[in-house]
Amino acid sequence: MNAVAIPLNAQLALLGVFAVLVLATFALMTAATIRPDRDLSELKLRVRSWWMMVAVFSLAVAFHRSISLIFFAIVSFLALKEFVSLVPTRQTDRLVLVVGYLTIPAQYVLIAQGHYRAFMAFVPLWALLMPSIGMVLVGDTAGFLRAAGTLSWGMMTTVFALGHLSLLLMLPASVNPAAGSAGLVLYLVLLSQSNDVAQYIFGKSFGRRKILPRVSPNKTWEGLIGGVLSSAVLGAALAPWLTPFNAGQGFFIGIAIAAAGFMGDATISALKRDMNVKDTGTLLPGHGGILDRVDSLIFSAPLFFHLVYTVPR
Amino acid sequence: MNPAVHWFLHLAILRPIVFGLFGVNLHHRGRLPISGPAIVVANHNSHLDTLVLMAMFPLRLQKRLRPLAAGDYFLRNPWLAWISLNLLGIIPIKRGGYCRKDGDPLAGCVTALDRNEILILYPEGSRGEPERRAVLKTGIAHLSRRRPEVPVVPVFLHGVGRALPKGARLPIPFIFDAIVGRAMTWTKDRASFMAALETAMTTLAGEKMTPRP
Repeated sequence: MNAVAIPLNAQLALLGVFAVLVLATFALMTAATIRPDRDLSELKLRVRSWWMMVAVFSLAVAFHRSISLIFFAIVSFLALKEFVSLVPTRQTDRLVLVVGYLTIPAQYVLIAQGHYRAFMAFVPLWALLMPSIGMVLVGDTAGFLRAAGTLSWGMMTTVFALGHLSLLLMLPASVNPAAGSAGLVLYLVLLSQSNDVAQYIFGKSFGRRKILPRVSPNKTWEGLIGGVLSSAVLGAALAPWLTPFNAGQGFFIGIAIAAAGFMGDATISALKRDMNVKDTGTLLPGHGGILDRVDSLIFSAPLFFHLVYTVPR
Repeated sequence: MNPAVHWFLHLAILRPIVFGLFGVNLHHRGRLPISGPAIVVANHNSHLDTLVLMAMFPLRLQKRLRPLAAGDYFLRNPWLAWISLNLLGIIPIKRGGYCRKDGDPLAGCVTALDRNEILILYPEGSRGEPERRAVLKTGIAHLSRRRPEVPVVPVFLHGVGRALPKGARLPIPFIFDAIVGRAMTWTKDRASFMAALETAMTTLAGEKMTPRP
């Protein structure tokens, strides 16, 4: 009996991630010995959080599909909770917020049962209309549009957009003979996260020209280009192993995921700037909140899902 | 109570609720007292305040935590009284005016401090309007005067009133901010002590927003 339920290529990809983490940890330890004068505490925190995230994520995807879906539902819950805690809410909308939270189990049940069309139609319409209807029934009109619009926006990003990861996972294995649906999720998450890391490294090393100075002063052209190029290379290298795409297609998908990830990251940066906070939370030491970590997936998950779902191979 | 029960309550119920269903951004954790006796004072907007404050402390200090709570409310029926006294470990306080025949109103608190316990109390008194601060009452000054060497640690809680305000029954998941202030001690007179506490709470309340680098 084999407890691990994902195809060999997907297992190898996870092992590869662990290998990279071991290398990063050794590199950091070496750097700390050679240059004891440098303050590496933030990097150490980041790497420690990466270990935790990779371990939890591996456990979540490697076994039963229902465990994966519960994991993604929890991620949506934590992200929505961070969002509603960050933005102003009205005391009168307490019940509407509860219904907003209940959308999460409803959505993941739809996904688990394979109701693709219901997911695509119900969730966005519900996210758009439910806050309005709820708030109208409550009858508080002071700040109505702001409250309804805010909750809709939060549900679309944290519940619907992130829900595409699970949708990807529920695709039949025949879509991706190389590594199954788990391979697709791994490819997307791996590229999104490594793109964030590459952007960070290139930005720290060569960053000069600010790209969006009013939204996120830490983002530079050098970081973006470094991230896009490394994602293109990694996307091409991994595509034949983890996806139904060939290396050439993977090259461009890597670029698309990197660009979408950049937009997601910048969008959450704009939200944080608007709310006058530095991080969305403190759940992941060194990174911030969970929204800080999954922000790139908000844009890249729907994009990649539709690439897989609609592009003829 | 059996320490195993305490551990179970803390790890399997209190922490998952406070940090999982809700969430706490804890600022300046290092300023929390690491041993008793100590007095933790906080602003009060919700029943959840006590759970949040208790969950912030490590396992080994759980049995020493003693929230002060109104006896007429928390002992009003046998079930609630059992939970309040045995699980939360409250020190019941009589509300309203005191008569001489009632004896020493602070006796329970002073005894607890002498047993190296950590008191949790709300100088604002009863839960106020959500996310509004109320005038601090002077009971804390009387207590601090009686045990002047015991550190008083102010904590400002932000957002708990959004999750479960007074009068609401249904808690809603929100992430709170808990900002721990520096320990203070008795200033030798009531007015200056209350002024110092008020200033400390105002400063902590203003620290809520994390400034951008």
